[in-house]
Amino acid sequence: MQAWHFSETAYPYLPPADTYPSIRVSLPNRNYDPVKGAALYDRYLMEWQIADEEGLEIMLNEHHQTATCVDPAAPLMLAALARLTPRARLLILGNPVANRRQPVRVAEEMALIDVLSKGRLEAGFVRGVPYEISPANSNPVRMNERFWEALDLIVKTWQQHDGPFSHEGRFFHHRNINIWPRPYQAPHPPVWVSTTSAGGAAEVGAHGYVQATFLTGYEATRKIYDSYRAAWRKAGRGADIPINRLAYAALVYVGDNEKEAHEGAEKLLWYVTANKVAPQYANPPGYTPVAGNVAMLRGAEHPLSAFAKGASVEAAIRSGFMFAGTPDQVFHQIKRHYEHVGGYGHLLNMGQAGFLEHDAAAAGIRNFARYVYPRLKEAFPGATVSGFPCEVPGAPPEEYVLRSTTRLKSDGPLMPALGGQGVSG
Amino acid sequence: MRRTTIAIAGCELEVHEDGAGAPLLFLHAGDGFRAGDPYVAALSANRRLICPSHPGFGKSTLPDWIDNVADIAIIYLELMDKLSLTKVDLVGCSIGGWISAEMMTMAPERFGKAALVGPIGVKTGPADKLDIPDIFTLPAADVAKLGFHDPAKFAFDPSKLSDEELSIQLRNRETLALLAWEPYMHNEKLPRRLHRVASPTLFMRGASDGLLSAAYIERYAALVKGAAIATIPEAGHLPHIEAPGAFAKATLDFLAA
Repeated sequence: MQAWHFSETAYPYLPPADTYPSIRVSLPNRNYDPVKGAALYDRYLMEWQIADEEGLEIMLNEHHQTATCVDPAAPLMLAALARLTPRARLLILGNPVANRRQPVRVAEEMALIDVLSKGRLEAGFVRGVPYEISPANSNPVRMNERFWEALDLIVKTWQQHDGPFSHEGRFFHHRNINIWPRPYQAPHPPVWVSTTSAGGAAEVGAHGYVQATFLTGYEATRKIYDSYRAAWRKAGRGADIPINRLAYAALVYVGDNEKEAHEGAEKLLWYVTANKVAPQYANPPGYTPVAGNVAMLRGAEHPLSAFAKGASVEAAIRSGFMFAGTPDQVFHQIKRHYEHVGGYGHLLNMGQAGFLEHDAAAAGIRNFARYVYPRLKEAFPGATVSGFPCEVPGAPPEEYVLRSTTRLKSDGPLMPALGGQGVSG
Repeated sequence: MRRTTIAIAGCELEVHEDGAGAPLLFLHAGDGFRAGDPYVAALSANRRLICPSHPGFGKSTLPDWIDNVADIAIIYLELMDKLSLTKVDLVGCSIGGWISAEMMTMAPERFGKAALVGPIGVKTGPADKLDIPDIFTLPAADVAKLGFHDPAKFAFDPSKLSDEELSIQLRNRETLALLAWEPYMHNEKLPRRLHRVASPTLFMRGASDGLLSAAYIERYAALVKGAAIATIPEAGHLPHIEAPGAFAKATLDFLAA
């Protein structure tokens, strides 16, 4: 198994949540202090460097007009990491190509990073969450169609080496495509796609790309992976699905002891509970299929939204959104999840969020890398085949669950505002 | 009303039709066409009323090649051919008014009179201010306040709708976004083409329309030779829904004059 340190590079120093309707899209950027922001970039980059030193791989992503992730141009951050780190694989997950108007430009950016890092790029692509629509001024209808046309064109662009070719598609037109540089890796960098639906996973499986899913817990993750595995086989890619085709992202915090682990884990929950989004940004017309919208109007609720209302470390661990505790607890939590969903080759550790300060974030990264990761690599070697889920007990063994001592509210800041204190680096 | 399906350019077009007399083509607003709405009977009393559901609205299909209002205008010119309608009067509401305006610039000779009711389709104001408030990013309650004279009467209550009705409403909104997302609610070229309109044209606006200002309608009407403007009291953006009697009377008086 490969593990990846992932941070959304949040800017947590915000006014009380009840004073604004949405942390995304419309929160005025006067609330962003560039001096504090610069210090945050220093420390977040340093945490990725620590991950690199500790033998973890690196993952980052991109969001726009939001305090939850101040990385609106992830390729720029990745270019910095390509030079700041000597070893780690560099995963961008991902490029929001349904919202980018020039797929060939994205192919160029990725090729440049691949060369700059001497072949360490893992190129991920995402449709983008609904609140990316307004910042991109992107049509929410037919995003999926745009996504696949763009991705197919990018992969083709990477592989054409004999001079200009043209593309006249449904959504994108480009003549004289002939990028310099071409990618360092041949035929091209590994391609990842994230999706949290079974339907989306089937398309990814048919293409054979790496499928990542975020915070989908036990049952939904298994359905997504089943769908991927079925489509993989149907596309004639063989009966066996290499384990490195599947990835799972969870909030991960490892402490020396339960108290320390709990403090860190509680701060990580900011990632879920701070995501206050006005409904019109969360569900633009056309983003969610009509049938899904009917179900929501009839009372269905997204599991993460439901969770955020009564978020607690314990509930997050039971749901499989979070792996947190002592090294032994975390190992067994991951093992249980792994076995239930049929196995995956990549664990994407959301190891920093909100007010989890540098020292604590670094300790969590180190504790994971030193005391959990070696056991995972031994138990789940990279050559394993995915697709043999085990029946695990309905509830985790009690000794492996980190106990919550407090309930967290989702409608306000979880921690007192700390101002610029505690930002190191 | 008779309901038929007519195939045009890969689109299965739902068409409602009723009445007899001189043909009147009615092009619905973003909320779709409902045969039972009160204004329908008034318009078809002495006219042959033809009401297509735009591609992607109601039960009309949405072929993947369609993505703008001009695509629909051309489909409707072909619909007129299929129905042997050499010349029709037009009533178009909101996006239906936009489609009407596009059609009249494409084939001015095929239209008698035209009533454009809260029509969208042009950009007349400065670049740094939307002509029309952004209905896709305002809170739903604010859009209702802007859109209706009496929003309480038209409160959205999914529990009163069947799954089919709800699906149609949601799909109508999705198609509206497809067509009007960018440029937002307009075609930059339309103002350069509206001089071609040959029909006597009446612009109608609900007095309480918070989406289209009186100034917007005045600037739009000024692009069409000899156009008149009428204001419907106690109505917002959809006078045919909110004040069906006043809307029908104003429309029929104009068409008869």
